Amino acid sequence: MIPGLLPELQVIRKDFPILERTLAGGQPLVYLDSANTSQKPQVVIDAMVDHLERHNANVARAMHQLGAESSEAFEAARDKVAAFLGAPERDEVIFTKNASEALNLVANTLAWAGPRQLREGDEIVITEMEHHSNIVPWQLVAQRSGATLRWFGLTDDGRLDLSRIDELITERTKVVSFTWVSNMLGTVNPVAELTRRAHAVGAIVVVDASQAAPQLPIDLAAMAPEERPDALVFTGHKVVGPTGIGVLWGSRALLEELPPFLGGGDMIETVAMERSTFAAIPHKFEAGTPPIVEAVGLGAAVDYLRSVGLDAVHEHERAITAYALEGLATVPGAKVLGPLDAAERGGAISFELAGVHPHDIAQVLDVRGVAVRAGHHCAKPAHARFGVQSSARMSSYLYTTPEEIDAFIEALHYTRSYFKVA
Amino acid sequence: MSQELDALYQEIILDHYKNPHHAGLREPFEAEVHHVNPTCGDEITLRVHVNDGVVDDVSYDALGCSISQASASVMTDLVIGRTVDDALSIHEEFLTLMQGKGSVEPDEDVLEDGIAFAGVAKFPARVKCALLSWMAWKDATARSLEASAR
Ligand SMILES: Cc1ncc(COP(=O)(O)O)c(C=O)c1O
Repeated sequence: MIPGLLPELQVIRKDFPILERTLAGGQPLVYLDSANTSQKPQVVIDAMVDHLERHNANVARAMHQLGAESSEAFEAARDKVAAFLGAPERDEVIFTKNASEALNLVANTLAWAGPRQLREGDEIVITEMEHHSNIVPWQLVAQRSGATLRWFGLTDDGRLDLSRIDELITERTKVVSFTWVSNMLGTVNPVAELTRRAHAVGAIVVVDASQAAPQLPIDLAAMAPEERPDALVFTGHKVVGPTGIGVLWGSRALLEELPPFLGGGDMIETVAMERSTFAAIPHKFEAGTPPIVEAVGLGAAVDYLRSVGLDAVHEHERAITAYALEGLATVPGAKVLGPLDAAERGGAISFELAGVHPHDIAQVLDVRGVAVRAGHHCAKPAHARFGVQSSARMSSYLYTTPEEIDAFIEALHYTRSYFKVA
Repeated sequence: MSQELDALYQEIILDHYKNPHHAGLREPFEAEVHHVNPTCGDEITLRVHVNDGVVDDVSYDALGCSISQASASVMTDLVIGRTVDDALSIHEEFLTLMQGKGSVEPDEDVLEDGIAFAGVAKFPARVKCALLSWMAWKDATARSLEASAR
């Protein structure tokens, strides 16, 4: 057996009912698209069904027993997410629709009147390896506020090019926003170092943990204050939770300085026709009826991951990723984009196969039951940096087995022979 | 398993993919358009030269999968040398085939090599690939006509 794999892998797989299904032609499912969205364990499905069957009511505004139960379940989910992140305070956890909305919340409210308002002459620093969700909101905000958008370039081996850090992070820098783990290159970025540098010039730091939260242990409270980001986002559906829910964690200091994002029910203290005053965090940023059952599902999801242990999940991902990288090295014409050392990367591997377009790779693999992603993975600038228009991407998770990687590699050999590039 | 693939990747498609017809960007032209498929990033830059109501030339530079590349090649074969009206009706016919979910019987007299795409219609995710160049051509042709009307 490969060292580092989850010892109870077969038991874990049983937790995920979808892994038992077969596809057209009786093919077993080999799901290697978890960086896109993860599969859901039975406990998450059950928690959501149980909530809908037994406890459904609106939260915070229903004066009856079901309302109390529903509110309690919703707020318990916040506690679970706070524990998952090691958040210094549970009220710093804001539920959003997804990671994209969380990033838009921060970017937009930074452009509005308040102590942190971005102005002409200010600079926002991002990186060339961001998901479009961490590029476009900052472009829009730069246009609206007059601030300038700048970015870290990438080295040839797919890491952030930190050689120009002194030119990029300056006293003009007000926000530094970057992904912890790249969804395309798999690169793991130096959060502590970048955050320290940004804080030294008084900038706030926003971390996109959409790909980190599923596979790395996160403990915000344990970070040194100067190395702790001011905001961190992730999305529920990639951490074995449901779609329709994301998380913004923000330090109390930052969240109190930012103006409200959306206006509506539940985010107010009092409303008169002329003006309103706003609720304290977290409710200040949660206008309207929230995704209640999704929060319940997310709470069950992060508890599930914690019960398996994020260190063990991380080890498993590393072992599977190393095994997949070894396998890819045996496929003639296969070229991996991003770092080649599994110890320094996340579990998403983007690659090219000489002579076969990524779409065609994904199609042939799909016929063999192997689900991968093809395209630009919402990271067009990162693809452009490496002179490729698109790539294929395999991404594993805690339920991925070495046998599935074998099936994937064999399907790539078959793809080459099908397109006669052998 | 390979039967299902063969329905999608007909020999004709793979031939056009390996040796695309009319590829490259040429002069003269009245309109140039750039179309992308936002989900996968496939791209085409396409020029149209219309002379006296006839499609004199269609030239293009395309990046994309076998289906989108082969489709551009087949499309140029079908429209170059036709009157704009004829070419537009072939476009209509191809569109109907692609949107038919596999239920439309293609007419070889009209679509020639284009009938090879009948199988693509059964793969909803790939229909957009097959239509990229056709949509770009229609757009560019409309613009050429506008340009010459001015
Ligand atoms: C790094 C990264 N950031 C942001 C997102 C956006 O997540 P969502 O679409 O759930 O908002 C994703 C997922 O697609 C991602 O991989």
